[in-house]
Amino acid sequence: MRTALVVLRKDLRVESRTLETVPAMILLALITFVIFHFGLDRDTIGGQLAAGVLTATLLFAAMLGINRLFVAEREQGGFDAFLMAPVDRTALLIAKAAALFIYLIVLEIVAVPAFGLLLLGPSLGHALPGIVLILILANVGLSVIGTLVSAIAVHTRARDLIGPVIGLPLLLPALIATARGLGPLLRAGHAASAPPGRWLAILALYDLVFALIAYGVFDFLLED
Amino acid sequence: MHSTTYGRGLRGLSIATAVTITVALVLVFFYAPLDASQGFVQKIFYVHVPLAIISLLGFIFGGLLAIGYLRTGDRSWDLRSYVAIHLGLIFGIAGLISGSIWAKASWGHWWVWNEPTLVSFLIVLLLFATYQPLRFSIEDPERQARYASVFAIVAGAFVPLNYLAVQLATAYVHPRVLTLSSANLPPSMGLTFAVSLLGFALLYVTMWKYEMAAKNARSQVRRLRRTLLGDEGIRPTGRSAAPS
Amino acid sequence: MDAKLPAIELRGVTRHFGERSALREVSARVPAGATLAVLGRNGAGKSTLLRILAALLRPHEGEVLVFGEPLPRRAFAVRAKLGLLAHDPLLYRELTGRENLEYHARLHGVPRGRVDEVLEAVAMERRADDPVRLLSRGMVQRVAIARAVLHAPRLLLLDEPRANLDPSAAELVEPLIGRASGCTRVLTSHDPGAALAEADLVLALKDGRAVFVGEPTAFGEAQVKELYA
Repeated sequence: MRTALVVLRKDLRVESRTLETVPAMILLALITFVIFHFGLDRDTIGGQLAAGVLTATLLFAAMLGINRLFVAEREQGGFDAFLMAPVDRTALLIAKAAALFIYLIVLEIVAVPAFGLLLLGPSLGHALPGIVLILILANVGLSVIGTLVSAIAVHTRARDLIGPVIGLPLLLPALIATARGLGPLLRAGHAASAPPGRWLAILALYDLVFALIAYGVFDFLLED
Repeated sequence: MHSTTYGRGLRGLSIATAVTITVALVLVFFYAPLDASQGFVQKIFYVHVPLAIISLLGFIFGGLLAIGYLRTGDRSWDLRSYVAIHLGLIFGIAGLISGSIWAKASWGHWWVWNEPTLVSFLIVLLLFATYQPLRFSIEDPERQARYASVFAIVAGAFVPLNYLAVQLATAYVHPRVLTLSSANLPPSMGLTFAVSLLGFALLYVTMWKYEMAAKNARSQVRRLRRTLLGDEGIRPTGRSAAPS
Repeated sequence: MDAKLPAIELRGVTRHFGERSALREVSARVPAGATLAVLGRNGAGKSTLLRILAALLRPHEGEVLVFGEPLPRRAFAVRAKLGLLAHDPLLYRELTGRENLEYHARLHGVPRGRVDEVLEAVAMERRADDPVRLLSRGMVQRVAIARAVLHAPRLLLLDEPRANLDPSAAELVEPLIGRASGCTRVLTSHDPGAALAEADLVLALKDGRAVFVGEPTAFGEAQVKELYA
């Protein structure tokens, strides 16, 4: 755990110096909102449609972050340094997933209000706690699967392709649950204030199962 | 690796498979009653559903075999896992196509979103279709085997979760016949289905053993040539997705 | 501790890459405190051997014992005693030298004070707070050396240790990574003459096979020529 914090601090420090990943994620989200506006030819959207647009946009932005997750390790030999340290190797999984989680939170802090301004018809107001809850659960799933898939992609030849190609199908159940969970919260008129329980349950189950599996298999990805 | 263990009993198994499938066909065409609403077209059900079920079981089987590789480091487990998944994909594509034909014939569309088994099946196939490209993109054979095994385990766990999510997300428009509860299925249909399922299961196992035997034999021949003729006696294998 | 325990024992170490062999049945014994020079052309297997000793690769056949512990099974027991200096400096370019060393210090559980110590030892205290990407290659190499010895390893694995170092810098780092360090050392070099001069033991690799294991005095010029032919 202590090791994970050490690695996480290092990653956050590098990111804050280079500002490569998070700004790009935010910009991509904002541009995607514009694309959706023109693609759907609507001034405002609400309900399930809005939930779908928001989920898809966050996903594409997340893909950017996932692709960049192990770049420093790969290009600057960071794997060897970590592998030679007398530490538990799953700490790398925890640290990277935590970093990705933090990037996603920062992304959402900008993107969700932007979404409310640019595209969303109904106001975000009272639905916000529910939205936050769903997004946090979604972020956990995105972070775990994203880290796993990014670690797999590092050692392959088609690096930037394999990540999304494997990650997107794997994320589908979480995305379905996220979009369906957000739908009622973004409805005009009788908007719900809490997301439907079943989608929260699916997200939680998804997060739990894949976190456990990732924890179990991650070591095998680092070995040689 | 012992190619003899895979080859043993293969003839008997093939015969059993052929017999079972023939019996199943007879039952489908002459014994099972016509479905009231869909008519003759419904008979695709006896092909589509077993293909889908066996395909999914094949993927889960592949995931379990992958656990075997990670625990023992013995590459023959990886080969077994590869063949299991590879055949699962073939059966799956056949299942998807037959499902599409069925949808077209009975509901008029080549694809229906309101059939959750079909949709979740498509997603699973999209995932497992990445298995071979993933393997192909890793050159070192041992790393290839390890990463493929990690993938097989993660993807295997994905199958039930995915099914659950899609089930809940899909609204039913048409009454579904794809449930196997006896409330929906008269016993004559049930028997036909069971025989058909058995036939496809046997087909899968036969093909699995056959492919394992063939691959083992080929690698044995390669090894013999190498021993007898030295490194020059064999053509170097290019990159491949299959375990060497 | 048994003073007679060899630092390294290799028994029939083989490592494949697909159907090729990177190393074939390499055996050697390196006493504690000795220096082993590994010679050979590019692709002969030197880096593979170094990485196996660093517990970054596992041998496919044969046995590797470092300080009596079999690798990779007992890798966790010896990791802290290994120091690797390879082609890659293993430093994050966006972080400063000091930050990089502090990161490594935390990973290895080494007290912070040690970072200042090694920075002084490689004469990088004044540039320690510049990002690594702004440092010259020689400076980067010095920080990399500092990183390698930060946790006081007992076995140094050195791949071209004096690359990019001018003579005064090379002299400077001598007590850290040279014979004076007192560590067991395995070093590879493109300059066989220099390597032979400071070696107690020589391992010559050709196509993954050990064609010579013995004292440097027994490895003459003709053999050097043949090795690199």
